[in-house]
Amino acid sequence: MVNMTGSQIVLESLQREGVDTIFGYPGGVVLPLYDTLPEFPGIRHVLVRHEQAAAHMADGYARASGRMGVCLGTSGPGATNLVTGICTSFMDSTPVFALTGNVARTLLGRDGFQEADITGITQPITKHNYLVMRAENLAMTIREATHIATTGRPGPVLVDVPKDVFQEEAPFEWPSEINLRGYKPTVEGHAGMIRRAAKLINEAERPIIIAGHGVIWGDAGNELVELAEKANIPVVTTFLGISSFPESHELSYGWLGMHGMYYANMAADTADLVIGVGMRFDDRAMGRFSDFNPNAKIIHIDIDPAEIGKNFQTAVPIVGHAKNVLPRLAAEVDAAEHPPWIRWIDKMREDHPSLDIRESRRMLPQYVMRTLYEETGGDATIATGVGQHQMWAGQFYNYKRPRQLISSGGLGTMGFELPAAIGAQVALPGQEVWAICGDGGFQMTMQEMAVLVEEQLPVKIAIFNNGFLGMIRQWQQLFYDKNFSSAAITQPDFCKIADAYGIRALRVEHKNEVALAIKEARAHKGPILVDFQIDQEENVWPMVPAGAALSETIEAPAEEMAR
Amino acid sequence: MSRENGVHVNNGPRHHTVVAIVEDRPGVLMRVASLFRRRGFNIDSLTVGPTESEGLSRITMLVDGESAPIEQVEKQLYKLIDVVKVSNLSQEDMLARELALIKVRANNLNRHEILEIAQVFRADVVDVATNSLILQVTGDEDKIDGLVKMCEPYGIRELSRTGRIAMVRGAKSTTVHEAEPAAIARIHSTQGRRIEGRELPFSSD
Ligand SMILES: Cc1ncc(C[n+]2csc(CCOP(=O)(O)OP(=O)(O)O)c2C)c(N)n1
Repeated sequence: MVNMTGSQIVLESLQREGVDTIFGYPGGVVLPLYDTLPEFPGIRHVLVRHEQAAAHMADGYARASGRMGVCLGTSGPGATNLVTGICTSFMDSTPVFALTGNVARTLLGRDGFQEADITGITQPITKHNYLVMRAENLAMTIREATHIATTGRPGPVLVDVPKDVFQEEAPFEWPSEINLRGYKPTVEGHAGMIRRAAKLINEAERPIIIAGHGVIWGDAGNELVELAEKANIPVVTTFLGISSFPESHELSYGWLGMHGMYYANMAADTADLVIGVGMRFDDRAMGRFSDFNPNAKIIHIDIDPAEIGKNFQTAVPIVGHAKNVLPRLAAEVDAAEHPPWIRWIDKMREDHPSLDIRESRRMLPQYVMRTLYEETGGDATIATGVGQHQMWAGQFYNYKRPRQLISSGGLGTMGFELPAAIGAQVALPGQEVWAICGDGGFQMTMQEMAVLVEEQLPVKIAIFNNGFLGMIRQWQQLFYDKNFSSAAITQPDFCKIADAYGIRALRVEHKNEVALAIKEARAHKGPILVDFQIDQEENVWPMVPAGAALSETIEAPAEEMAR
Repeated sequence: MSRENGVHVNNGPRHHTVVAIVEDRPGVLMRVASLFRRRGFNIDSLTVGPTESEGLSRITMLVDGESAPIEQVEKQLYKLIDVVKVSNLSQEDMLARELALIKVRANNLNRHEILEIAQVFRADVVDVATNSLILQVTGDEDKIDGLVKMCEPYGIRELSRTGRIAMVRGAKSTTVHEAEPAAIARIHSTQGRRIEGRELPFSSD
């Protein structure tokens, strides 16, 4: 057995787990690790400008690639800056490994310089976390943590390492096995439950599948198509489930929820059987719980038993991996057609299309998004911030393949857009990645443009610049009597800012320049920023007002459509 | 009819005795406590102690079933990596016990009365002083409540109760049979926030 320092063990272990990139920022207690980094040329270190962005980049990297993302921060402020990003990935169940340094062991608990109890702080927002007190425990801890982050329902883990543990020497031994008594995810669905589910599906007249993020993480897209096609079951997705089912498929009926398609909401509300796959019946998707479709039976397939029965009573619970359960379920269901039901939804979609863009001379954000879709042939990976532009990105870009839309759904973290796009671009070299930004959210993390230049990442930045915290303005208009308090936001000249970083920039002020600008951005080899000065007061429709039921979905009011 | 699960219809007992067998590691109690706080589950009592197997602790909780669907409590506990096994003993034929120490005001005139009460409750007198005595009693909560009530007129100076511990009657058990692999056990035995024999450096570096 060879002796290694704690730093070497950390990097060797991460490398053995397949880690090729760390998004990080140095500080006193992680200097031993930075000292060792050059010995590991197989690990690329991306120097961020704020640790929050490091966590978002690791998250974007994970969401784009399906592999665990790694971020690194120093003790105290470095660690606490990671918290928003860790929570973002916790809420959306993405595998992120956060590595932090802490003060030397003898100083722990004495409020030394830059000590923060980061394991305590992140306890409720990590799947698990560790404080490693001996170098000899590092390899096993990293293996365990990686295993926990990437299996079952994925999620973030945090490993906190005191400075002197990085420096301590210990024999390096790569653990041959891990065995956690308290962690044995159920992968295989229960045969009896699958049979009962199949029976319900066979008996149903109006079945609907609601596909969630778990279908993407379970790599079960094809299996879902197989099930849907065999029994001819319409599929809607949750917002995070977008891209789990090809939107061009004839059984695809968009996504449901607060800003979902009208027909998707109505279909979910009219079905007699709801089959939730890899989703958690969240309030943004289901509307007011007490009034969600009282007649439907629910089949819930999820890898996390705690999700089943959390918000709704379930007729058939199936705990298991979507990739295991779906094909077995497909094998047991009868081929079916459901013609009246399909016709009903088709008619609903015809009458309430939700996604038509009205003729207008204004630069409507919907038009910009649709044009981006057309110009990119629907192939780009899209990372978004939070707010109106996020919803338009969900509505007006059609997604073909899983992992194409990267967005903070559960926590709704503004500032996610640029760093997540950077993480995705690192994971997908040579592929087209767009950061769809709000003018508010972009200002939360725009310093990361420096990373684009330093790492030569050709991310295309599209700012949906409406001069407002748009979603705030929309809520104030609709629910706070147009009392626009702190909704308008001034911005710097984004083009000049980009220019200062050495990034090319275009400003688009007229509708007829949109397509051209996108073409130019795509033709440009490096990163580029496009400042779309969109219509300032456009709202997102349809909408389920906060606290209302899906059946109360409101469509765009006529006077707004006449604008 | 609404299928929402937030509004909980309680058809079981109001208080559930939930036992969690957990890895004996630093921080595990905080994880359990933090889970209850975050999810808004109320606990009436919580006790922790070692089990028959090294490396495992037993947490016994008396959970208010009206604050949460008990199934969620169990599932959420299971999600904690350090929790190895969760059992709801309320669904079983169980034996529940609590121990209490009661320091009662006493003087020469009433001491014998208190001793008589103690006898009825089969409480032990474990300390006697000129103006107080300490009773030690075990039993279920009702019995202890009863004794406390009887002592109140004399004046209770101090009361300390352990909270419930419980066990299923008969051969059935809530133990964990899977041994921890040696390599992992070695790591766990060396976890903790302090490392001995180290001097405090003059300043952080
Ligand atoms: C970190 C954070 N702070 C506050 C919010 C609340 N919030 C939700 S949407 C929104 C406005 C977003 O504005 P902008 O980024 O310009 O996007 P737009 O809605 O205009 O497309 C705000 C403030 C949030 N989601 N995240």
